[in-house]
Amino acid sequence: MIRPRIFVPRDAGALALGSEEVERAIIAAERKRGIEVEIVRTGSRGLFWLEPMIEIETPEGRVAYGPVKPEDVDPLFAAGFLDGGPHPLRRGRPEDIPFLKRQTRFTFARCGIVDRLSLVDYRAHAGLRGLERALSLGPAAIIEEVIKSSLRGRGGAGFPTGIKWRTAAEAQGAQKYIVCNADEGDSGTYADRMLMEGDPFCLIEGMTIAGIAVGATKGFVYMRSEYPHAIEIFGRALQIARSEGMLDHGIAGSKHHFDIEIRVGAGAYVCGEETALLDSLEGKRGQVRAKPPLPAHHGLFGRPTVINNVISLASVPAILADGADAYRELGFGRSRGTIPIQLAGNIKHGGLFETSFGVALGELVDDIGGGTLTGRPVRAVQVGGPLGAYFPRALFDTPFDYEAFTAKNGLIGHGGVVVFDDTVDMARQARFAMEFCSIESCGKCTPCRIGSTRGVEVIDRIVKGERRAENLTLLQELCETMRCGSLCALGGFVPFPVTSAITHFPEDFGGAPLSAAAAA
Amino acid sequence: MFSAVPWSSTRAQEIIEANLSLVGPALPILHALQKEFGYIDREAVPLIAQALNLSRAEVHGVVSFYHDFREAPPGRHVLKLCRAEACQSMGADALADQARETLRVGWGETTADGRITLEPVFCLGLCACAPAAMLDGRVFGALDDTRLSALIDQARRP
Repeated sequence: MIRPRIFVPRDAGALALGSEEVERAIIAAERKRGIEVEIVRTGSRGLFWLEPMIEIETPEGRVAYGPVKPEDVDPLFAAGFLDGGPHPLRRGRPEDIPFLKRQTRFTFARCGIVDRLSLVDYRAHAGLRGLERALSLGPAAIIEEVIKSSLRGRGGAGFPTGIKWRTAAEAQGAQKYIVCNADEGDSGTYADRMLMEGDPFCLIEGMTIAGIAVGATKGFVYMRSEYPHAIEIFGRALQIARSEGMLDHGIAGSKHHFDIEIRVGAGAYVCGEETALLDSLEGKRGQVRAKPPLPAHHGLFGRPTVINNVISLASVPAILADGADAYRELGFGRSRGTIPIQLAGNIKHGGLFETSFGVALGELVDDIGGGTLTGRPVRAVQVGGPLGAYFPRALFDTPFDYEAFTAKNGLIGHGGVVVFDDTVDMARQARFAMEFCSIESCGKCTPCRIGSTRGVEVIDRIVKGERRAENLTLLQELCETMRCGSLCALGGFVPFPVTSAITHFPEDFGGAPLSAAAAA
Repeated sequence: MFSAVPWSSTRAQEIIEANLSLVGPALPILHALQKEFGYIDREAVPLIAQALNLSRAEVHGVVSFYHDFREAPPGRHVLKLCRAEACQSMGADALADQARETLRVGWGETTADGRITLEPVFCLGLCACAPAAMLDGRVFGALDDTRLSALIDQARRP
């Protein structure tokens, strides 16, 4: 007899909402009924308002139920959910849920669907096709393919990935490294975490292709200590990949050698900056290096190093498998392909929405995200993490694209969108941006180290109403100094949230509100 | 629950040596020491300096740079509350006040009975189910005052 298959998410987001307790209830319920089911542990589909979302395999495809609480499990069994039976929590085929149906799942095609630790499942869902093609192409053609795809770094800077690879490939050095930046510290972002927990082999495959392309034999994944589940799952995936011949000597039967080691950060936000990350990997304080030299020439331990974000590397297998043209066809302007946008904070339908570049911010927040969870009006949206600008409704027509956000004095960063309702105090948010910068500054450059502390003080004076106009001017000057004089994006970009808050929400700083015309 | 062993320089030396084959072993050593003892004892600094051929000042500089490394043993349970923007948008500041008032501690401090250490964390990647917290490595999302109280009560139980 074939046992019914139940797919249970073990993503940290699902666990935080009780999926482990639900799994226990399922096991108890099957025992009670004397039936046997097969539980397949997956990552998350990324629909967090429906998590824990349990899926059942039926002859008509999978059927989803969510959000399931442990006490729902018995009634679900009684309702015949193993055959896809009706129940108030029944969501139908997951692919038909509008939030998923509207997406273009490219990098996250397998996430939440496959058994995250089964290479058999990975291969059955088009895994390893990219690596196979890469091995048949050879290093130079792999790099050409990545350049042709127009893939840009998904960590935030948007630098062309293929150019980075070519630079490192051309650099001289007996030892080269691939470093994966998995230090996903921006609030509102969790795409790296979801991918590492839900489809870890995809990142391993992407890093291996990068290694073959540039001639590196060793890779490091620098992960956050705040992500213990991702560390555990990725570590287990590495062991499986090694034992199945996907890593180490003679990858997939080829002559290539590549292995990956996990390194865990220690709670320093600035280590998400690539050169600080390299110093941290070397065992030093995570301080930013001046560039040049570029990491591609002089990176980890002075060796040529490719350092890419998780999503950049995880996009590579599908680009190689399906060809650069298929990827480049998607997108908007100079931002090609897809981006996993992460809807977060006070939002009704929070979750990961992978789509071609170009979708309007307002569509994401109001339509796809369904507005705020509290049901109050949306007042501000912070895009791109703690260093991203706060956008008012007046800018909701901005398309999700690197250049379009830059033109509106913002950034898309790693794709996080944090929604705030009308109870938000924007002066408090601006102050927090400076405070966060002062806590997390690596201390190497003065504008960031000292400027952030002075920034907190000046905002406090403005809020108290002390010589308001004078202090506002001073704050603008301080922001300008930090923007132009800081060594990296921490001090350099913290003016984005601060000045956007002042510009778009002057009433929170004791000024007159903008007129509707001025706001646009 | 956290069960650390008391500081022992012999054990620390073993841990340091076990990691020396790694390239750039400083952070792995510090993580391993903190996992064993719950914090980085001052006496560990010269041991690491000696093993890695660094000055004590350099090692101290590394230990003090990273927020994760504690200078004193934590309580039996460690409660980390997210203080970042996504959680702020769902009332994390009020939850932080509640936690500090209930436990009568500031950030990084341990309750008088040695039971709970309260630490801030800037993002657990649970931003679509904010506000979020971590208790001894277990994650909790969509917190409100009732759920936080229940978490704290659970950690307070002997």
